[in-house]
Amino acid sequence: MFQILHDVKIDWLGNRRWFVGISVLVMLAGLFSAIFRQATGRQAFNLGVDFKGGTVVTARFKQRPSDDAIRRALVSKGVGDAVVQPVTDRTDTVLIKVPLEAEGQDGRARVREALNTFGSEARAGTELEADQKAAYKIVGTDAVGAIAGAQLRNKAIAVTLAALVGILIYIAVRFEWTYGAAAVIAVFHDVLVTLGFFSIFQLEVGLTVIAALLTLVGFSVNDTIVVFDRIRENRKLHRRDSLYKVTNDSINQTLSRTVIANGLVFLSVLAMVLFGGDVLRAFSLALFIGVVFGTYSSIAVASPIMVWWEQRLEAANRAAALSFNQPVRGGARPAPVTPGPRKQRSTGAGRA
Amino acid sequence: MKKHNLLARVIIIVVVFLLGLYAVIGPRRRPALADFKWSGIKQSLATNIHLGLDLQGGSHLVMRVKTEEFLKRLTEEDFVAAQNAAKDAGYDVKSGRADVGPGNYRVVIEPGDTSKTAEIKEAVEKKVELGDTSVWNYSGSGGTLTWSMTGAAERTLADNATQQALHIIETRINALGIAEPTLQTHGAQTSHQILLQMPGVQDPERVKEVLRGESRLELVHVISPPSPQPAATYATQAEAIASLGSAGTVPPNRKVVPYQERNDAAADKNQPKPKQWVVVEIPAIIDGSELRNAQASQSQGGRSDEYEIDFSLKKAGADKFGAWTGSHINEYMGVVLNDEVRSIAFIKSQIYDRGQISGRFTKQTAEDLALTLRSGALPAPIEYLEERTVGPSLGADSIRAGVRASLVGLGLVIVFMLFYYRGSGVNAVVALMLNMILMMAGLIVFGATLTLPGIAGIILTIGMAVDSNVLIFERIREELRSGKTIPSAVELGFNRAFITIIDTHVTTIISSLFLFVFGTGPIRGFAVTLVIGLLINLFSAVYVSRTIFIWLLSRRKMESLSI
Repeated sequence: MFQILHDVKIDWLGNRRWFVGISVLVMLAGLFSAIFRQATGRQAFNLGVDFKGGTVVTARFKQRPSDDAIRRALVSKGVGDAVVQPVTDRTDTVLIKVPLEAEGQDGRARVREALNTFGSEARAGTELEADQKAAYKIVGTDAVGAIAGAQLRNKAIAVTLAALVGILIYIAVRFEWTYGAAAVIAVFHDVLVTLGFFSIFQLEVGLTVIAALLTLVGFSVNDTIVVFDRIRENRKLHRRDSLYKVTNDSINQTLSRTVIANGLVFLSVLAMVLFGGDVLRAFSLALFIGVVFGTYSSIAVASPIMVWWEQRLEAANRAAALSFNQPVRGGARPAPVTPGPRKQRSTGAGRA
Repeated sequence: MKKHNLLARVIIIVVVFLLGLYAVIGPRRRPALADFKWSGIKQSLATNIHLGLDLQGGSHLVMRVKTEEFLKRLTEEDFVAAQNAAKDAGYDVKSGRADVGPGNYRVVIEPGDTSKTAEIKEAVEKKVELGDTSVWNYSGSGGTLTWSMTGAAERTLADNATQQALHIIETRINALGIAEPTLQTHGAQTSHQILLQMPGVQDPERVKEVLRGESRLELVHVISPPSPQPAATYATQAEAIASLGSAGTVPPNRKVVPYQERNDAAADKNQPKPKQWVVVEIPAIIDGSELRNAQASQSQGGRSDEYEIDFSLKKAGADKFGAWTGSHINEYMGVVLNDEVRSIAFIKSQIYDRGQISGRFTKQTAEDLALTLRSGALPAPIEYLEERTVGPSLGADSIRAGVRASLVGLGLVIVFMLFYYRGSGVNAVVALMLNMILMMAGLIVFGATLTLPGIAGIILTIGMAVDSNVLIFERIREELRSGKTIPSAVELGFNRAFITIIDTHVTTIISSLFLFVFGTGPIRGFAVTLVIGLLINLFSAVYVSRTIFIWLLSRRKMESLSI
């Protein structure tokens, strides 16, 4: 059989300082970008209309004027602060973004007024090609008011946090709360890293990006669980091994699955980035970054945190046991000293 | 593994597969051979799957009912009525005011004689609904009378206003003949929001125009010397106020409103009549709630492109109107629409239940106005929070891009699985194809809406569905390496991987559920396809895949497993 990553013996936990360093560095870069931009009067995130409010008009032309010509037309009609953005998939289409308007002003109507300088719009209900005299057609609009923007923003944050809590509870029930906490910290890390990328490269954050972040939450935990499941299983089988060794072994045993499965998800997300069109681009990019760091974090963030935490609890437990001669922590797993059935110490995949 | 067990499994799978296939191509008519060609499948999917607005095109409007305006008007009207009631009963009112603001709606009256508060309260509450203790809290300290709206009443009244607005909007939308609109309250109850989705409507301008129409109709007494003298109109607001002779203030039973005969008809557009002001008496003789019907019709004697609105009144309104007009012959009456006098006429004879609003309307404005009058006035103005429109061509672009990305993703995954797992890869591919068919069937059976993010959910499902197979296969390989026989390696591989598969599916479903609750429209579609895909995956990637292994193992004694 053809296979990659068979019988690897990498000391993942031994390299945890490196991993922590890399993670902290990437997160700091994102944080720095956000704070720096905010402090210098620019925006920490390139928020889309969903969260900032405003109007985006998608217009399609028979003969597309240059971006500058469109901008001039907008300025001449008093829409000075509009952003004209070409669509990568279609050269005849352009996005015109108008910031939040005063109450009672209709961004769509104002853009239409400006575009009428290039010729008339196709009649309602007819396609651009069908109308001989028309020069353009508004094929889509997104207008979000200030109230809705703020509402969507708050809701997005609340829901992401709620999803994390939900997952924390599930893992706490299925495993131990230290596992749950470690998994959630790892996911939090992924979300922050992804947001960091969005801040650094000023990619637009819209509603679909929030959907991508929530998917990422599920996906990253998914991955962490595969490792944790193996740790749980191996701890029962190899009671004499330290948690450190069991964790390392478990990561190595599941490594080929991690690489293959995530590689496949990565492939399908890549297909989305390349072929999914402009509307899905931000969403696909968020997933793209998320898949890479979600994979990384389950190995490099979740497991080391869990081991570190468990070791500290164990040490505290042992100290308590020495002084009071009884365990203080309810529901503690058997400490490594517990006598178990003698087993062959194995490092690879083999197991009785 | 026993034989009959395998048979039962195969029967279950075949039945599920056939049901799925039937759901995709069957239910509308008997499937023909052409349905199994690529174009036939495309056709079936297009007719059977319900597409979201972002794919088929349409408008999505989120609006908010400005309930604070409703409460404000209510309080102000009650204040005016209370003041009039106190004066009518012969009490002197020194001053008074209406406080309006969230959590603070109050009517305050300071009588000239502070010892008379109890009598004034009685006189006021006899005539005005301020006596309703479920809405108003009365306090009479310090010689002033104060009615404060209770918090509970504020909430209830605001909720009722929203419900009423929803109902009126529904009437108007239906009258416009919009196909399959979705209309519902949106977000938290306290946010007073309404969501309106209209498939196929590319430009919601007309709909917004009709909804914007507050259409508060009032018939009022215009203060003027009687006919044959012309109706008293004033060139400026200040002049109108001065005519009242009360030192620049407007008494509570009078109101100064603009008067402009509207010229909507094209021919008159270039020469609009100047805006004037008139003084009217409040409260109005009758208001729009007394309307029975309103209809646009061509102006009698006017040009053929000029329209007016004929209205008729309900019984109670007609009685009131008849009594009033009978006692005010030769005086002037005005038709007020949204705080603007649209026409003034003197009363020739007693009128009962019919009237006209003439204002030289165009056909469409007259029809829209008649429609908004018929449906009743909105209790409060509405504002638009979100407005999203997608044209059919943009939607078609999205479908094309989504399908292309799905096929590329599917292709990449299939090629890899066949290359890496050989024979067992076929197994995974069969499971994946079954998953896709059942996914389509699931969307159709549950009547779920497929959106662009929904297509993204399908693509992601492709990636995540094979994860289960990868987990199982890797586990089987491990067991084989440790020297297990093929049957026991397969058995162990499935059993052990199953625990992990459950855990991973549950966590993803948890976050999808939050997404479903949070999201509207397109985003919700994403959660839907992802959850359907994952649930089906438990069947296709675990149950079906395992059955295929059992079948392979039952056929002959295997020397090696292609994995």
